[in-house]
Amino acid sequence: MIKFKNVYTMLSTETKKEAGIFCIVAALLMLIPGLNAWGPESGLLSVSSFQVSLWGKYLTYAILAMSLNLLWGYTGLLCLCQSLFFALGGYAMGMYLMLAIGDASGAERALPDFMVFMGYQDLPSHWKPFDSFWFASGAVLWVPGLVALIFGILAFRSRIKGVYFSILTQALTYAVCLLFFRNDFTFGGNNGFTDFKEILGHSINDPSTTRWLYIGSALLLLFTYLITSGLLASKLGKVQQAIRDSENRVLFSGYSTTSFKLVIFTLSAMIAGAAGALYVPQVGGINPSLMETGKSLEVVVWVAVGGRGTKWGPVIGAILVNLFKSYTTQAFPDYWLIMMGGMFVFVVLVMPNGIVGVYQQVKASIAQKRSLQTAEA
Amino acid sequence: MSNPQHNPLYRDTPLILSVSGVSKSFDGFKAINDLNFYLEEGELRTVIGPNGAGKSTFMDIITGRTRPDLGTVTLHDNDGHDMDLTKLREYEINRLGIGRKFQTPSVYKSHTVYDNLVLSLNRPRGVFKTLFYKETASDRERIMEVLKTVRLESRVKDLAGSLSHGQKQWLEIGMLLAQDPRILLIDEPAAGMSDEETERTGELLLSLEKKHSLIVIEHDMEFIRQIARKVTVLHQGHVLKDGTFEKVKSDPQVIEVYLGRQGKKSETK
Repeated sequence: MIKFKNVYTMLSTETKKEAGIFCIVAALLMLIPGLNAWGPESGLLSVSSFQVSLWGKYLTYAILAMSLNLLWGYTGLLCLCQSLFFALGGYAMGMYLMLAIGDASGAERALPDFMVFMGYQDLPSHWKPFDSFWFASGAVLWVPGLVALIFGILAFRSRIKGVYFSILTQALTYAVCLLFFRNDFTFGGNNGFTDFKEILGHSINDPSTTRWLYIGSALLLLFTYLITSGLLASKLGKVQQAIRDSENRVLFSGYSTTSFKLVIFTLSAMIAGAAGALYVPQVGGINPSLMETGKSLEVVVWVAVGGRGTKWGPVIGAILVNLFKSYTTQAFPDYWLIMMGGMFVFVVLVMPNGIVGVYQQVKASIAQKRSLQTAEA
Repeated sequence: MSNPQHNPLYRDTPLILSVSGVSKSFDGFKAINDLNFYLEEGELRTVIGPNGAGKSTFMDIITGRTRPDLGTVTLHDNDGHDMDLTKLREYEINRLGIGRKFQTPSVYKSHTVYDNLVLSLNRPRGVFKTLFYKETASDRERIMEVLKTVRLESRVKDLAGSLSHGQKQWLEIGMLLAQDPRILLIDEPAAGMSDEETERTGELLLSLEKKHSLIVIEHDMEFIRQIARKVTVLHQGHVLKDGTFEKVKSDPQVIEVYLGRQGKKSETK
């Protein structure tokens, strides 16, 4: 106990504050599955399984936004294919879930339905290892990571920067999207994957499975936060932000900026992939529309609204924008895109640092007023 | 016409950098044309020339940003080893001890002055080395030393973005010094500075002479008068003349291409 106290007093007030916020967020996140499991059946505090999986979906969006923030907010790379990495992770997990349908029905490695319709006799060989949950879980990370690594090597070594990098990433997601829309690409064409039955032997619609998927998403979110904080506290994180401010200065200070950008880009893709893997079982399906260019742009809006280059901003942005989207698409289904566009323009013009930035601006102006008042007195 | 640059004047003092026979064209335009340039250990050299004389391309070639079409750029090591710089990447050249300051101040505006210097220290700069980097007492000492040299001790905890223009320029020079470079390439350090700041910048550069070799590109004649030892005049990608400031200033050819125009400009003011 004494030891803990010593360590605690050694921490700076800033670190203590951050640790405090982290614990509060963690507790709030766990409230939802807690109320679902042990809360009342009805009333204000009741949480249905539908709500648990809805919030679980929001959390995976929040992680996706955090992964983009790592690139855009802290390294200055505006990546417009973050949803592609999310979808690749989702597809990898989806392949396992599709094969698990066959297991549930008792057949010896039954073909997914869409393959039966396509006239396949046997499972394509690249599908076979996805019978294993652990192989699929690995692929969730390395498939998006590898795509990012190869694309990053090509782009960063050729010194493609700024808006040109953004345009290329957009072209990449569009190209892969078209590929996945093809029926003969063995990933279900425009229908994608759906009708999942079970995951690791548990029924996918069971309330406890829903809770565990939510908890997995919450833990991944907290873990991503810790990774981001750890990076930012290290010299690597400082180099990352220095690249954002003045890449040439970093290059002419003896750092291979290409390697740094490559590592961050790959890491960010892997985080997005992991989020996608948790998204798919919670929404019960995936199809190539997730890779459409608009989806990645939405992620940019979430980060901008929440506050780019802030630790919690992307989480706040992703959740608020999606709550707003759920409401708007029901109340005024035709106007959602206009509203999102308007929101983006508003944020860029009026609050360039997002919601978190507004809080900081207000705090700074209050502090300034106070210091003026004391100066007058 | 015999070119004196092919026979450097002081062959008896050790050279640190040789640029010989370098040419570079962009879409047929010869930015650098058979340029020969020799820098001695500990020398402070001022490079002047009218706009488009190839001063920036010259720096780009030394620092690896641009590869020459012809010619060699050689860094002479203390122990007699020579290194060809034309094959290396920017960061590799920097690690050999060639620091470059850009014309517009390039500092990391969202980092503190202190962190700007931490990032510039001559320490392992690989991705994983930086991930596990721990600041040592000697790192801190070195940073305080540099802060003292560039007179920014009082701003150590401030964000670099909040510094004045002149202070940013000094910080960037400090960032070069933190790298312990053998050669400093400094592009227009006095641009946009007040007279007082300009003079302090001159003092700073003069104090670095002997400890480092410096190449300073400059436009401001007052400033050049203050710091000039040996001046090299570039014109159309070629060395037109070099020598002391007084000698260069009174050279009719130099007056024709550069000082004359400068003189006319100040008259019209």
